[in-house]
Amino acid sequence: MNRHKGLSRAYTAVVLAFLYLPILVLIVFSFNKNKSRGAWTGFTLDWYRKLFTNDMILTAFMNTLIVAVVSSIFATVIGTAAAIGINSMNRWMKKSLRTLTYIPIMSPEIIMGVSLMLLFVFLRTELGLPLEMGLCTLILSHITFNIPYVIFNVLPKLRQMDKYAYDAALDLGCNPWQAFYKVVIPEIMPGITAGFLMAVTYSLDDFVISYFTAGPTSQTLPLAIWGQLRRRVSPEMNALSAIVFVVVLALLVAGNFSAIRRENRDRKAVGR
Amino acid sequence: MKREKSSSDVLWSCFLLRSCAGVQGGFAPTGGWRMPAGSGRGRSVLQRSLSLLLSGLCCLALLSLPVRAEEETGFDLDYYGRFRGQNLSINVFNWGEYISDGSDGSLNVNKAFEELTGITVNYATFATNEELYSKLKGGGARYDIVIPSDYMVARMIEEGMLEPLDFANIPNFENIYPQYRNPEYDPENLYSVPYTAGTVGIIYNTTRVQEPVESWGILWDERYSGDILMFSNSRDAFGVAEKYLGFSLNTTDPAELTACANLLLEQKPLVQAYVMDEIFDKMISGEAAIAPYYAGDYLTMADTNEDLAFSIPKEGTNLFVDAICIPKGAQQKEAAEMYVNFMCEGTVAADNITYIGYTTPNSAAYALLDPEIQEDPVSYPPAEVLENTEPFLALDQETGLLLDSLWTEVLTTDSGYNKWAMPVFVVVAVALSISLTLVRRWRKKRDQFK
Repeated sequence: MNRHKGLSRAYTAVVLAFLYLPILVLIVFSFNKNKSRGAWTGFTLDWYRKLFTNDMILTAFMNTLIVAVVSSIFATVIGTAAAIGINSMNRWMKKSLRTLTYIPIMSPEIIMGVSLMLLFVFLRTELGLPLEMGLCTLILSHITFNIPYVIFNVLPKLRQMDKYAYDAALDLGCNPWQAFYKVVIPEIMPGITAGFLMAVTYSLDDFVISYFTAGPTSQTLPLAIWGQLRRRVSPEMNALSAIVFVVVLALLVAGNFSAIRRENRDRKAVGR
Repeated sequence: MKREKSSSDVLWSCFLLRSCAGVQGGFAPTGGWRMPAGSGRGRSVLQRSLSLLLSGLCCLALLSLPVRAEEETGFDLDYYGRFRGQNLSINVFNWGEYISDGSDGSLNVNKAFEELTGITVNYATFATNEELYSKLKGGGARYDIVIPSDYMVARMIEEGMLEPLDFANIPNFENIYPQYRNPEYDPENLYSVPYTAGTVGIIYNTTRVQEPVESWGILWDERYSGDILMFSNSRDAFGVAEKYLGFSLNTTDPAELTACANLLLEQKPLVQAYVMDEIFDKMISGEAAIAPYYAGDYLTMADTNEDLAFSIPKEGTNLFVDAICIPKGAQQKEAAEMYVNFMCEGTVAADNITYIGYTTPNSAAYALLDPEIQEDPVSYPPAEVLENTEPFLALDQETGLLLDSLWTEVLTTDSGYNKWAMPVFVVVAVALSISLTLVRRWRKKRDQFK
């Protein structure tokens, strides 16, 4: 029994090490005095100081955040509406639309990147739309690849929902709009939130599609890091990643704590 | 040290000019002026209109005291002030980590240009010449300034992708050394202004390589098996083999190229890895002992590991130049030419080259460098070494394709699974789907009998 416990602990430790050791190395080398990723020459906070004066990295970081948040909001609205629409279709339509939504997720990103680029170029040169590659095209393409993730997070919630809840709300005196936002939306809210968060994550991460659709005014962080490859990625990037990691960790811990507290409170309320 | 003073002078005088502009306009904007640390783009409407107003006033101030201002900054403010207040912006596309960014007391080149001219600089970066080419060719984005390497300049000229420069707008071109003018990649010097230059040589660790390194042949020496690094890009890798065999770097003879490929294949068992930027870490930490790479990057490595040494082989080598160009379709051509001119200012070019570590083709910048750097034979090799160098030129399409396929062959030979990966994948996928269908059918049958 005891031996089993030791084994499972060791296994957990190995898995955790596998996941977090690379990040730990990255954070440690953000304090390294020289630019090397292999040789430790002394402790310094210089890279953090330089990071906050480096316009290029900070602009790229801001661009990344703006694109992530704006595109996720749009994708969430569009995706939720689409999910509700798909859910109320007949079986055959539902199935074929689901498959259609899967295709962008399953196909390699590079295909979507290239085709979006071609589409934007076509719209500009053939139809004369003022669509320069830039923040606008980048946000449009991020909305495009984020929509399926939102749809697939919201659809299961809709299926779980009681089909008659909406009708009941109408019976009880709601007009259709009230029934929608007082009954349907709260029911599927967990799915919407999950879809939104997933969209933000994918948007922050994306390199391939951004590579093709970003322009001179909208370089995101992954693109900036890529640009440094000929001459070595600067440790300022390590510093920035360390800060992002710590902030995300803090948010997660805070979120978990408040969830635990809420659970305890609810349990007490039920107990009473 | 003279240089640092002059760059801070620029900022200081800009500041002075602004505050005096403010006084003339009847209010003192000292508090609200400073840009937030992020960038010009993040400014609020209020700040932006304030800065517009101020820059307008600044022009007035400039008109009233042009002589004094010129003394303070060392820049021709009449020239650089031409577009002030017009709210122009230019899009610059440069290599990553390839411009002085204001760290360690150097000049933040883009910011200084914005403050001097009132033109906003949108700055983006790329990692390879081919990436730059495809971005421009794709036609999606508009750039006003690009900085390709020599052979890519030649290719772009050939394909009509570059705008001829108006050298009347680039008076600082006179700072460029005569030997860098009218280069082979741009024979009449119509399209490009050299930005940086450098040679390729052999970097080696003196604790493990005791003999003097004189020839590319050491990269084929079996005693160093497993300690050798090699370029992962085809042009540079073939360049090494071509020089070792005594061919031209721009040979189009298929027989010569095949000979090079065979030589590279012969070298393969000795090579630890084919790399680009990983070379910094591997050489600094002593994981590898010998590697061909760019001279300027050797200096960066030697800062951390003093055991490293650099040698240009006697067979000769490649002299590369990265040059500033304006692509076709640029919308702010004159503002872009102003940027080119700014990059050729002695103080600016000196700060850039100090940051990058390569060789400057700019005489005014060279004069401002530390004597120690000026006399460094790695950055500024003696004339007889330079005579024995050759630039990369654009290869015709056929040769380019041949080079690529030969290089792929070198990299993939004796890792035979690459050829088999696709058929194996298909067979496995088909077998899986068949067996799945069979299992499903069998289950259905079994359920029927229950």
